Amino acid sequence: MEILMAFLVGILFMTATYLMLSKSLLRIIIGTGLLSHGAHLLLLTMGGLKRGAAPLLGENAPAYADPLPQALILTAIVISFGVTAFFLVLAYRAYQELGTDNMDRLRGKEGHE
Amino acid sequence: MNNLIILPILIPLITGVILIFFTKNIPVQRWVSAAGFLLMIVAAGMLVSHVYQDGIQTMHLSNWEAPYGITLVSDMFSALLVLTTSIISFFVVLYSFKSIGEEREKFYYYPVVSFLIVGVNGAFTTGDIFNLFVFFEVMLMSSYVLLVLGGTKIQLRESIKYILVNIISSALFVIAVAYLYSVVGTLNMAHISLRLSEVSDLTIITVIAVLFLIVFGLKGAIFPLYFWLPGSYYAPPAPVMALFGALLTKVGVYSITRTYTLFFYHDTGYTHELLQIMAILTIIAGVIGAVAFTDIKKIVIYNIIVAVGVILFGVSVFTENSLAGSVFYIIHDMNIKAALFLLIGIVISITGTSDLNKIHGLIHRYPGVAWTFFIASAALAGIPPLSGFAGKLLIVRSGFEAEDYIGAAFVLMSSLLVLFSVMKIFIRGFWGAPRAYKNEENAPVKWLLFAPALLTAFAVLYGFGTEAIYPVISMAAETLANPEIYINAVLKE
Repeated sequence: MEILMAFLVGILFMTATYLMLSKSLLRIIIGTGLLSHGAHLLLLTMGGLKRGAAPLLGENAPAYADPLPQALILTAIVISFGVTAFFLVLAYRAYQELGTDNMDRLRGKEGHE
Repeated sequence: MNNLIILPILIPLITGVILIFFTKNIPVQRWVSAAGFLLMIVAAGMLVSHVYQDGIQTMHLSNWEAPYGITLVSDMFSALLVLTTSIISFFVVLYSFKSIGEEREKFYYYPVVSFLIVGVNGAFTTGDIFNLFVFFEVMLMSSYVLLVLGGTKIQLRESIKYILVNIISSALFVIAVAYLYSVVGTLNMAHISLRLSEVSDLTIITVIAVLFLIVFGLKGAIFPLYFWLPGSYYAPPAPVMALFGALLTKVGVYSITRTYTLFFYHDTGYTHELLQIMAILTIIAGVIGAVAFTDIKKIVIYNIIVAVGVILFGVSVFTENSLAGSVFYIIHDMNIKAALFLLIGIVISITGTSDLNKIHGLIHRYPGVAWTFFIASAALAGIPPLSGFAGKLLIVRSGFEAEDYIGAAFVLMSSLLVLFSVMKIFIRGFWGAPRAYKNEENAPVKWLLFAPALLTAFAVLYGFGTEAIYPVISMAAETLANPEIYINAVLKE
């Protein structure tokens, strides 16, 4: 299972990198979304994948899952959700103002308005 | 257990929340935020004196004992940085009253500054690696808003790049935490340090250390990763630039210092060597930029990068003296960068341009601005007895003692070129024949000068009072050099 997850995370990172290297702003934003998905899955995998036990540690508990990775991912998902929303709005506003979503044309020299 | 620790985080948070309800009432916005920040200075000052008397202060949130819950830890280093942050943000807010413009004041400028300070103070205080990530995000989210607030074309364009870079570095941060967690199975920084000393396989630790260096290096602008900084910091108005330049990169530098002194001190052969090389290259790259540009904003922005290199060089030498030098220098640099950016803001509000070729002879009509700038630049370059001197002296001397001659020589030479780069502004911009500028009459120079003049006065006092401050600084350095002090304070209470 861990191996499968590792491949999945790798594919997500690969796709994210490809998308972020493209010129269109919207593709870049989708790329950042995939990148954070990959990071979250990696965090889940690194915490250890276990089945079939509640995250309760009793004195006689035979097995238990580690609840911490889930808590961390939840936090990280909320943050990346907020940032992606902000980024989308910013992209739309920038498109309105600058008239392009092509990163090549957003290069700009400093000091030029 | 000391509840005082959380006040520098809580006060700006509450201030920000209150301010959201009164967005259109500018006097309320101004004075509530100023009062809140003043209160924060008091709280931070009390925190420093507590730490000085009783050693490291900790606070277990919700009373969960140390390795299980989130712990806030204030050692001398973080307490001093919190105090410096509070002072700078207070003065930047005062400066903003007449500089940032009513439009921005009505659209959440002060609340967002408050939230930014929540993030910065939180990042300095937290003792939990994932909580550090969360406070980083609080800080970054506020910085996105501050960067784009106003919505001019250059701001929108640069914000996109800034956000993209930071999203990538945040994802890398999560990945680094994931790897670290898989090795040590804990998030409490003291506990991580303890567990790492039991790990036998040092290669995986080195991988994690380098990953953390990349993550924090992106935020703190070290050599190959600083590419985004000159463009992004150029876009916003002067007070925001001062906040960014003084605080944001220093959070990255603080995190590198913290992780490299607390986590990765077992096998310093590869990691600290790498840090040292990157620090030296950072100094070189920053100096080249500072000397090359004739735009006053750019010159000071590249000086941020030089300072990051100098501080990290001190960290990479990793002796108690060099760490003391770094602590000295980081506080000096936060203070003086804020002062310089605010002074440059005055120059821009007088002349309406940041191009040095179009600015002449300001000293005739604004001697106060000119001489404050002169003292601030001398302090930046580290001319004794001003504030930059003691830190650089300690860093360079311990560099020579540790036989890192090349690095120490570069730090020394960089001071000379830093002095040249800021004196260039003084000679070409302030001297020469006076000329008239369009917006000159509207610039409220007297009010604006108040904040940077006081910050410069701090720099002078900090320099003259080196002897008096030294016990505090050496206490901070002692904790950094001996991680077991930190570990014991957090875990054995």
